[in-house]
Amino acid sequence: MVGIVTYGSYIPKYRIRTEEIARVWGDNPERVKKGLRLISKSVPAPDEDTATIAVEAARNALRRRRIDPQEIGAIFVGSESHPYAVKPTATIVAEAIGATPFLTAADLEFACKAGTAGMQAVYGMVKAGMIKYGVAIGADTSQGAPGDALEYSASAGGTAFVIGKENVIAEINHTLSVTTDTPDFWRREGQMYPRHGGRFTGEPAYFYHVLTAARKMMEVMGTEPKDYRWAVFHQPNGKFPLAAAKRLGFTEEQVKKGLVTPYIGNTYSGSMVTGLSAVLDHAEPGDRILAVSFGSGAGSDAFDITVTDEMANYDRNAAPGVWDQIERGEFIDYALYVKFRKMLRMGGDPIA
Amino acid sequence: MVVPRVWRERVARYRMVGKKCPACGKVYFPPRDVCPTCHRESYGKMEDVELSGRGKVYSYTVVYQNVLGYELQKPYIMAIVEMEEGPRVTGQIVDCRPEDVEIGMPVRAVFRRLGEEGKDGVIVYGYKFVPDL
Repeated sequence: MVGIVTYGSYIPKYRIRTEEIARVWGDNPERVKKGLRLISKSVPAPDEDTATIAVEAARNALRRRRIDPQEIGAIFVGSESHPYAVKPTATIVAEAIGATPFLTAADLEFACKAGTAGMQAVYGMVKAGMIKYGVAIGADTSQGAPGDALEYSASAGGTAFVIGKENVIAEINHTLSVTTDTPDFWRREGQMYPRHGGRFTGEPAYFYHVLTAARKMMEVMGTEPKDYRWAVFHQPNGKFPLAAAKRLGFTEEQVKKGLVTPYIGNTYSGSMVTGLSAVLDHAEPGDRILAVSFGSGAGSDAFDITVTDEMANYDRNAAPGVWDQIERGEFIDYALYVKFRKMLRMGGDPIA
Repeated sequence: MVVPRVWRERVARYRMVGKKCPACGKVYFPPRDVCPTCHRESYGKMEDVELSGRGKVYSYTVVYQNVLGYELQKPYIMAIVEMEEGPRVTGQIVDCRPEDVEIGMPVRAVFRRLGEEGKDGVIVYGYKFVPDL
């Protein structure tokens, strides 16, 4: 049996409300709150980045199950906001959790789905017998251009999964992917903010890939929406995952527990995996979960997961759960947000 | 901080790995090669010990100065934290308002950016502390 041995999430403490962003840009906050179902988003502190978030998520995973870090054979960190352009985040994580030196490590990038691409990579390595444990992390400190619609959602957070064969709390029954060349969202080298195709990001990008991956998974596994207790879809906003669920025949009840974006925003590579983490915080043995990520560019990774009896012996309370972290938020205004996100030009900074 | 120093101190800074004297059992952080009490008995025998990261605020101060690299964080709290294992460690307390910190408050270590060598230089990571709720 190959699956999740332990997991952990980290969400920065600071938040900004939709109203506060709308106030600055002259938008109608009700349109954003109702249209995109976004109430607030997380903001990283000035001394937080993707590496610190990835380390905290991994440490929360290791608090819940104390595996020997020396038995970790691979660490992949998926993000679109790695602190270095050249110098892997995964090496920092490996050192910080005591997994060095005998392991492989690399950073992955695939917009919002690099974390699940990492899960597939370590799943394959564990299944092939190459490694005992593999760590896959999705983490980001994403940015939307000031005044852009993305500014309401682009946020920070991350989740780590340790995949292995022993003491599995959630078996990965199957995983598959859908990938095409779809330019719905991108950031060119050297550019600070990404660009997106507006409404084009919906139908040919998010919905095509998420729905196709979910349908293919149910076809391969011979399942229907009612066979799953929980479903998690990538959450670029609060609206898309609910629409995807409805079109596939899932109820709001099945997706509600894992729908975290309305409160913490889109944590990009951390998005679907943090939703899955929130579901695992409440799942019981026997629960079946369908989890589908989406990354612009574009692709989806789908996972069919069953929670095992081992969950009863697992110490979930040894680290804070996703909803615990959502509730401990502290709200800041737009001025502090601009400072925290280092959007101010400071003395000594170049003019352009 | 120069690159070789960042590299040399990474294990201590990332994971709070100190040293324990095999003779008297005292734990030192930052790590020491010799126990100042047991001298020769400890030389070459000091053992690595990873601290739990948990401790209590022994004392603290709030910094309002524009310290280079910390302009975005002021006012910030610098504390001496008495670790569970005994050593007293200087570190910043984050995710905490200056008015909320107090002596004796339980804290735990977290992984944060300590600074960077300019915009194109190496990023220094290490421990800071947050209130242990």
